[in-house]
Amino acid sequence: MRTYWRLLLAGIRRQSTYRLAALGGLVANTTFGLLKVAVLFAAVRAAGGQLRGYDVGAMSAYIWLSQGLLGSVNLNGRTDLADRIKDGSVVVDFLRPLDVHAAAITTELGRSLFNLVPRGLPTLAIGVLLVGMDVPHGVTGYALGAAALLLGLVISGATVFLVGACGFWLVETRGLQVFYLVLSGFLAGLFVPISLFPDWLRTTAALTPFPSMLMYPVDLLSGRVVGAAALGLVGQQLVWLVLTLAAGQAMTRAGRHKLEVQGG
Amino acid sequence: MTSVGDLAAYRAVLASRMRSQRTYRFNFRLDLGSSLLVGIVELAEVAVLYTSVHRIGGLDLSAVLLVFGLADLTYSIADLAVGHCDTLPTYLRAGTIDVFYLRPQPLLLQLITSDISLRRLARAGVGLAALVVGLVVNDIDWTPGHVAVLLLAVPCGIAISAAMYVWAAGAQFFLVDGAEATNAFVYGGRYAATQPASVWARPLQALFGFLFPMAFTGYLPTVAVLGLSGPAWLPAWLAWCTPLAAGWVWLLALGSWRLGVRHYQGAGG
Repeated sequence: MRTYWRLLLAGIRRQSTYRLAALGGLVANTTFGLLKVAVLFAAVRAAGGQLRGYDVGAMSAYIWLSQGLLGSVNLNGRTDLADRIKDGSVVVDFLRPLDVHAAAITTELGRSLFNLVPRGLPTLAIGVLLVGMDVPHGVTGYALGAAALLLGLVISGATVFLVGACGFWLVETRGLQVFYLVLSGFLAGLFVPISLFPDWLRTTAALTPFPSMLMYPVDLLSGRVVGAAALGLVGQQLVWLVLTLAAGQAMTRAGRHKLEVQGG
Repeated sequence: MTSVGDLAAYRAVLASRMRSQRTYRFNFRLDLGSSLLVGIVELAEVAVLYTSVHRIGGLDLSAVLLVFGLADLTYSIADLAVGHCDTLPTYLRAGTIDVFYLRPQPLLLQLITSDISLRRLARAGVGLAALVVGLVVNDIDWTPGHVAVLLLAVPCGIAISAAMYVWAAGAQFFLVDGAEATNAFVYGGRYAATQPASVWARPLQALFGFLFPMAFTGYLPTVAVLGLSGPAWLPAWLAWCTPLAAGWVWLLALGSWRLGVRHYQGAGG
């Protein structure tokens, strides 16, 4: 357990060296946030102040929370694992007295948690100060929101690991990674909240782990979903957590037998 | 001065880049497919929004198709030609940009012709399809003036979008690791270009209406040909000033590029 704690800290430390990159990310989050405020607020007003359960405050919370989480939730599909499989250095990972799967997810979680500080919190602060937004109700609201956020980050790490692990069979996973990049953002509700989707598309999204990474944590952190419905979303997250982790374990084990490294 | 011989060299380089991309057929098809998917998902985003509300910022779904079509077609073509300027920070960090300085050709031309991303053709196809549908479903009064606005919009839109990549590349010489800061405006600009500019608050109108004139690539030509009026700061008649906007942003781009190139002092080694 202590080893994984150290890996988590290493992930945090590694990310903390890229300060200018974090600042650049913050500028990007803010610009996109303001553009989305413009168009989505106009949409809410055009619908008469209520658009599928979103008023201006809820929409604002959705925009700034989702932009703030962009540095933490991996929606680009890139993993260290994919590169390490391609150049063969994953062999070294298998030689270490560690679970390759758990270690990769722990490091990724460290990166995600660190990014909440330079990218998540300032983005939220800008949103609160410039625009204003809804917040959770009471202590339970915050606690449940924080739990959903943590679950979302682990699910994101566990799912993106699966993309990288396909490299055991495919070697080159760039094509898969790009498909992941395109679909994950859309289905996670990054572009428009999934409540705005037509029914068939919303059902499709709910059958993937993507809303669990971004949309559900945002729904809870904005206080838009409360009570039994909130517990239902966390329940869905737990299901996806178990499924993605189990798939990752199975793929790592099978991939280890399949792995073939060229050269000497 | 560029002589005919120099041009032949650029042509040879570009032709070899295109050939090399088509060599790995499976990968190329996959790239085309994913590029197509990106375009479709962006269009889906617009469609979801405009079917849940009928009118945003004075535009309905068919009008916004025209905005999206013009903006995305021109941006995708610019992306095809100069989008790889994005990779400049990689060259800067690795120091491989030094090679560019040694060759007897202008640095910017070398960078632009160093690659051409054919896969982005698929995305331009989505933009073109949206534009054609937009032109058909909207009730456009086909006066010579309206035709002229549209004919002006396409090349000027490409020029404006391409200039965005070039000024950003110039800024990379200073930022290196902070490349995402320019992405805010380059890709934020791409996103802004597909929106009705009428919903923007004043600071956004100043930023994406004038400093980086993205509103000129899709929104202004659309309101001009549909006979709409546009917001106070961005009236429809400004669509005629699209070449001026293109000239301004290229001035900005070349200025930024010059500053950047002079600032660079090598990565050692």
